Amino acid sequence: MRSLRPTLFKAAMTFLGWAVALLLFFPILWTVLTSFKSEVEAIAFPPAFWPSGWTLENYFEVQERSEYFGHFLNSVALSLGSTVIGMLIAIPAAWSMAFQPAASTRHVLMWMLSTKMMPAVGALVPVFLIFKSAGLLDTLPGITLIVLVGNLPIMVWMLYTYFKEIPADILEACRMDGATVWKELVHVLLPMSLPGVASTMLLNIILAWNEAFWTLSLTAVKAAPLSAFIASYSSPQGLFWAKLSAASTLAIVPILIIGWISQKQLVRGLTFGAVK
Amino acid sequence: MRKSIMALGVALALGTVAPAASAEEIVIATVNNGDMIIMQKLSKEFEEKTGIKLRWVVLEENTLRERLAADIATKAGQYDVISVNSYQTLLWAKMGWLTKLDDFSADYDYDDFITATRDSLSVDGVMYGAPFYGESLITFYRKDLFEKAGIEMPAKPTMDDIAGFAEKITDRENGINGICLRGKPGWGENTPLITTFVSALGGEWFDMEWKPRLTSEPWREALTWYLDVMKKAGPAGAATNGYNENRVLFSSGKCGMWIDATVTAGYLLDPKESQVSETTGFAPFPITDKNPDAAGWSGAWALAIPTSVTDNATAAKKFIEWATSKEYARLVGEREGWLLAPSGTRKSTYAAAEYQQVAEPFADKVLAAISAVNPTKPTVNEVPYTGAGFIDIPEFQALGTTVGQNIAAALTGARTLDEVLEESQIYVERTMERAGYYKK
Repeated sequence: MRSLRPTLFKAAMTFLGWAVALLLFFPILWTVLTSFKSEVEAIAFPPAFWPSGWTLENYFEVQERSEYFGHFLNSVALSLGSTVIGMLIAIPAAWSMAFQPAASTRHVLMWMLSTKMMPAVGALVPVFLIFKSAGLLDTLPGITLIVLVGNLPIMVWMLYTYFKEIPADILEACRMDGATVWKELVHVLLPMSLPGVASTMLLNIILAWNEAFWTLSLTAVKAAPLSAFIASYSSPQGLFWAKLSAASTLAIVPILIIGWISQKQLVRGLTFGAVK
Repeated sequence: MRKSIMALGVALALGTVAPAASAEEIVIATVNNGDMIIMQKLSKEFEEKTGIKLRWVVLEENTLRERLAADIATKAGQYDVISVNSYQTLLWAKMGWLTKLDDFSADYDYDDFITATRDSLSVDGVMYGAPFYGESLITFYRKDLFEKAGIEMPAKPTMDDIAGFAEKITDRENGINGICLRGKPGWGENTPLITTFVSALGGEWFDMEWKPRLTSEPWREALTWYLDVMKKAGPAGAATNGYNENRVLFSSGKCGMWIDATVTAGYLLDPKESQVSETTGFAPFPITDKNPDAAGWSGAWALAIPTSVTDNATAAKKFIEWATSKEYARLVGEREGWLLAPSGTRKSTYAAAEYQQVAEPFADKVLAAISAVNPTKPTVNEVPYTGAGFIDIPEFQALGTTVGQNIAAALTGARTLDEVLEESQIYVERTMERAGYYKK
């Protein structure tokens, strides 16, 4: 009886784990399945789980109507650009806050976090006008900048918590051995917190890839990423679910693959320092 | 490590260099609806003919409206050609934000446009939006259900007729609702429909002093009729049904009647889009003896050029002239099928033998519905505004949305008719006063 309990518990937890995973994955699965249905089948009620005809028509139409590759390149540039520049700013910032804290560090951290508390739409009009005056509307530098600024607080916070896990004594020992700040960062701190740095980068790439408010508001054609590509298939008139699903599938496949390949890093990073 | 840093650097460099725009390239911002998608598809022909490259921003209607408003109000000039509806055209033209479109070539034939459609896009007789499609209201009904119930649709049904028919053909057990009408709140959803019923009953939004008339008898009568017919014969959860939801309901055989935009007629006869293509009939918008002329609303989608566009204005005009020409309508007919030819814009389309052949069940009725409306004088009494189904003042978006929300609340039973009329009247009066139309 006693040995049965842990087995039962384990089975229950496994079941729960699968249930949650399926629940989270179901919308994506449904989107992919809908993309292979005809428009009439996509809105049919009661809905059919499997497409009856497995048509590729929606993909062809999406391909014909939009320049997928251009949007894809913009998404890649936006995600990588905002991540790399963001890391260049966030790593030194998190380092100084974790290892050289000043009296106001805590306030600065809270202030950075507070910028995420305001809904983005609250800043839309001034940002739009600034972008217009600076000639940044519908440009990749412009949209990269705004996404970078939006994600920077999260990057600094994540890196700050990872860096806090590294014993300051190790860095001090380096310094005593004559290492410069640069060497200390590159040869000691970054290798030691690599899972944390990697997961920060990955999370930021995912956030930037999926960003839909600023990208829709500040881009038109030249800098429009995949979020704008998806938005162009939503319609208040006529049938559009299947085409919208095909566009969504095309847009999320790259980031799903990246997430799949790097899931070990991501999980390791997110649980970094959780168990000591 | 070094290699990967270099790779990132390259990606970054790529990412921060924006492609330069060529002079002969125009950006078109448009809604994502069937007609506009056909235009996008066929525009390759225009590109080949003129060498002008077209770039498209296709967005859902509400998102597009927000983007265009921000762009045009700040003169950002991101878009060379924009798709706008009648309300935006009249409002923005008066603000000086749209370029006049009165200098197209002789072949363009301005007089070929249906007068009501052209008027709904013109200020002082000058066209600011070139009609891409025009619409009014029409009653779609299921001939098979009418036959089964032993009733016949008259040539000019009245509101009482429609209510009686709706009740007779309702068959809840088999999922058939007698009538589907817009219930979703919004100045572009339920409000224009109710506004049209109010006009049909001899009512209006404002008197000549801009005092709201929402507690007047026509409003009470229109809403009583609407709430009653929806309660007895409408679908469940009607307050969330807008144009699109009702289109899906009707085309999948769940509605006996549906009063909505004429532009849908062609789609309902297309077996690819509709399961009731064989059994759909068409009748005019229900009239009353109070205002037999109020035969629907007058709305159009049009192509326009913001005044902030200077360099590309000539190319933009060239495109608009092509996309709203007689030849374009013929091109759509030949390539995509005549059922999908631009509806409600040019008389020549309705006169074309090919169009008459396929659109015979509805062509004359649609043309009559659109032609019967006078957008410059939509009501029985004198009013200080124009627009049938909307009012050409900037405040209408807010007014229409709030009043629409109140009507939806009555539809769900959350509020009574009296409360809705009272609250709407107070809200509209307060808004107009704040906007400076008068002092209390």
